[in-house]
Amino acid sequence: MSGRKIGEVILDLQHISLRFGGVKALTDISFDVKEHEIRAIIGPNGAGKSSMLNVINGVYHPQEGKITFHGEERAKMEPHQAAMQGISRTFQNIALFKGMSVLDNIMTGRITKMKANFLEQAIHLGRARREELAHRAKVEEVIDFLEIQHIRKTPVGRLPYGLQKRVELGRALAAEPSMLLLDEPMAGMNVEEKQDMCRFILDVNDQFGTTIVLIEHDMGVVMDISDRVVVLDYGKKIGDGTPDEVRNNEEVISAYLGVSH
Amino acid sequence: MQFFFEVLIGGLLSGVMYSFVALGFVLIYKASGVFNFAQGAMVFFAALTFVGILETGVPFWLALILAFGAMVILGIATERIVLRPMVNQPPIALFMATIGLTFLIEGLAQAMWGSSVRGLDLGIQDEPIAWIMDATDIGVSKFDLFAAGVAAVLVTALALFFQYTRVGRALRAVADDHQAALSIGIPLQTIWRIVWAVAGFVALVAGLIWGARNGVQFALTFTALKALPVLILGGFTSVPGAIVGGLIIGSTEKLAEVYLGAHVGGGIDAWFPYILALGFLLVRPEGLFGEKHIDRV
Amino acid sequence: MLYREAGQFKSSYTSDQQIFPIRQDRIGIMLLLLVAFVLVPGMADEYWLKGILIPFLVFSLAALGLNILTGYAGQLSLGSAAFMAVGAFASYNFMLRIDGMPLLVAFALGGVMAALVGIVFGLPSLRIKGFYLAVATLAAQFFIIWLLTKVSWFSNDSTSGVISAQEMEIFGYVFDSPESKYLLVLSIVTVMALMAKNMVRGAVGRAWMAVRDMDVAAEVIGIRIMHTKLLAFAVSSFYCGVAGALYAYAYIGTVEPEGFNLDLSFKILFMIIIGGVGSISGAFLGSAFIVLLPIFLDVLVQDVFAGLLPPSIASNLQLMVFGGLIIFFLIVEPHGLARLWQITKEKLRLWPFPH
Repeated sequence: MSGRKIGEVILDLQHISLRFGGVKALTDISFDVKEHEIRAIIGPNGAGKSSMLNVINGVYHPQEGKITFHGEERAKMEPHQAAMQGISRTFQNIALFKGMSVLDNIMTGRITKMKANFLEQAIHLGRARREELAHRAKVEEVIDFLEIQHIRKTPVGRLPYGLQKRVELGRALAAEPSMLLLDEPMAGMNVEEKQDMCRFILDVNDQFGTTIVLIEHDMGVVMDISDRVVVLDYGKKIGDGTPDEVRNNEEVISAYLGVSH
Repeated sequence: MQFFFEVLIGGLLSGVMYSFVALGFVLIYKASGVFNFAQGAMVFFAALTFVGILETGVPFWLALILAFGAMVILGIATERIVLRPMVNQPPIALFMATIGLTFLIEGLAQAMWGSSVRGLDLGIQDEPIAWIMDATDIGVSKFDLFAAGVAAVLVTALALFFQYTRVGRALRAVADDHQAALSIGIPLQTIWRIVWAVAGFVALVAGLIWGARNGVQFALTFTALKALPVLILGGFTSVPGAIVGGLIIGSTEKLAEVYLGAHVGGGIDAWFPYILALGFLLVRPEGLFGEKHIDRV
Repeated sequence: MLYREAGQFKSSYTSDQQIFPIRQDRIGIMLLLLVAFVLVPGMADEYWLKGILIPFLVFSLAALGLNILTGYAGQLSLGSAAFMAVGAFASYNFMLRIDGMPLLVAFALGGVMAALVGIVFGLPSLRIKGFYLAVATLAAQFFIIWLLTKVSWFSNDSTSGVISAQEMEIFGYVFDSPESKYLLVLSIVTVMALMAKNMVRGAVGRAWMAVRDMDVAAEVIGIRIMHTKLLAFAVSSFYCGVAGALYAYAYIGTVEPEGFNLDLSFKILFMIIIGGVGSISGAFLGSAFIVLLPIFLDVLVQDVFAGLLPPSIASNLQLMVFGGLIIFFLIVEPHGLARLWQITKEKLRLWPFPH
């Protein structure tokens, strides 16, 4: 990999347990994420991977455990506060705003940075107008980066699946996050689309230094691009380390990858 | 204290009326996920059609059959004209369509039978039952008790229908999971037609009882709106919920009107059920008997 | 050929983000405003002004309010008329009880009161949605009308809550002729419509639509759901409130709370369904449609089918046609007349070449 340097631990999860009623989704999971790294979470269906992301950005509140982000231990936090602190994410099932254009969808990604109140916007002079233009310029950078200039004004509902995934990444990037959570960014894509998506993820990591936590099923991709991998199974952590370490971990092989792999 | 009980019992029994309408809502909601705002209009349509047919000199039993036939036709037409074309639209669009349907049905009913207020006599008097009056000094209307009896029979019949008939089982399967029901070969549209016909029948029973009590008139459609807070209390998917919710709304509304209304100028039963339901929503959004729904991300 | 974008290149984001980015649209709007402000007052007779144009504008404003809430923020309300009532009665009381209260300030304050009430009744939207919320808004409808009827202070102790709007006067000029009333209403509605357009194409509008389309995702990207929903209720109710004040002062003159009943709420809902859910121009198209339809039906019954229709059908025709049209639009064109207009424009862009 290029000149990017992996830094200190910025997110530390200690003994996280999450239950829904009587169902245990996560049991006593601990791991950390270092600045600028690409950290993968893998595991079979129902292993608790998405729940893990939901814990990180405050959609779910674990009953037990300690989360430290940028050195600060965090109490119960709501998702919009996570966004304010620089955590962005995409979803397993695309969660774009179907009634809006690509441009508007990505513009919403900058909402935490806009200051003009609704009255200023109603009059649309001064700050509101300047802001709208400044953020439009930023959003156009994201659009250029993801090579989706041609569909700017298209309603997202009309786009093919692969492009929708890209737009969703764009919306997350527009927030200029310090940490990006990607929930199966390549699910359902063909080889070419996967290669594009891989390239975007690596570029984001490389050019902007964004820390990335990603869930992915495609083992080839995971082993290729991630620095460290966490393996979950039935809500428990069964492996953690570099791709090579995980590949050779007995428990992981028997529980997940299968002996013949 | 005796006065309190009289109000309470009167309220409970008039709550049965709301339950009748709520029952129709629940049936349709369970089977098709449609929140049928037009259920009240269907009650009005049924009552007016029955009275209109009766006025032509047809005997009571035949009028009943003909009115039921009209409700079945209305149900099937609704399924064909409104629901089927909208099958892929969001629930809220279907809800708005049933608001349109409400206007259409109300207009249709009055266009066919005129807009004048009609009386309806089922042969049961709205007077206190003598022996209860003698024993406890509390007036319990014969008619209200009759209505409660009809409600009990109706609910039992529906429960048996759902539990033991083939159609009933298919209905429950559809309510559980549309896709799964389709995949094992349950004809969804037939089921919907049946359920709308059954809801039409429930509307007819409700219309007869309401019409006999308050006269067959347009105002009926407004009273029928109180079935909405009943649903919120009872849960959208629960038949027992519709009954219990109706009883709670009926009794609290009467008690509130008598004990609170007197201090603030009266008429609070116009909004009390809604505010009660609103307060309830904040505590328990799924209703007393409804199923809890968890959003997955 | 006339409606063509070719040759209009956007070289800056400023020009791409204008309120009407296409030149022909700008010219069209200018012409429309010119006609509305200059030609109409000179040409329309009293019946047209008082019976059609003023109610059209007033209802457009109310529909605009409901469209902000329902069309943009996705929160269905069946209580718009009640918020209009709050605006009307609040403006009346500000005029009545505060000496020298300027008319426009009273209207604005009426809107603010409606907005505050709207926030209170919008609170349940934080926990419930869809038809649950619709039922909750019925509570607002019935409770507010009851309160205005029962508490005689609101109507200055008149019988059954009737109020008679005071004379409209701004800087000594009295708005008493139909033309002057029309122009006043038109000015207020134009300004408020432009403001609404600015809001819905800005960050606020995007936040509303995000909450409408997918609230979980909206929260994850940093939108505060509570703030966004309540703001939608407040702004929507403000618009309805001002519409209510105009309804009382410029249209009817003498109103009672019952005038703002559930039927009126439904009527406004029908306007946005027919006009176009989630569209500013849709509010105007829908309002025009709903105001004109009964007049059209009357003509149809009295002149075209004179005596042919039995009276029971004739008197219920409106109910049936309204109901039928709602179903028709929801099935055939859920985005209403505004969408049809947009499709026409897209065709025009390509005309006379089919592709």
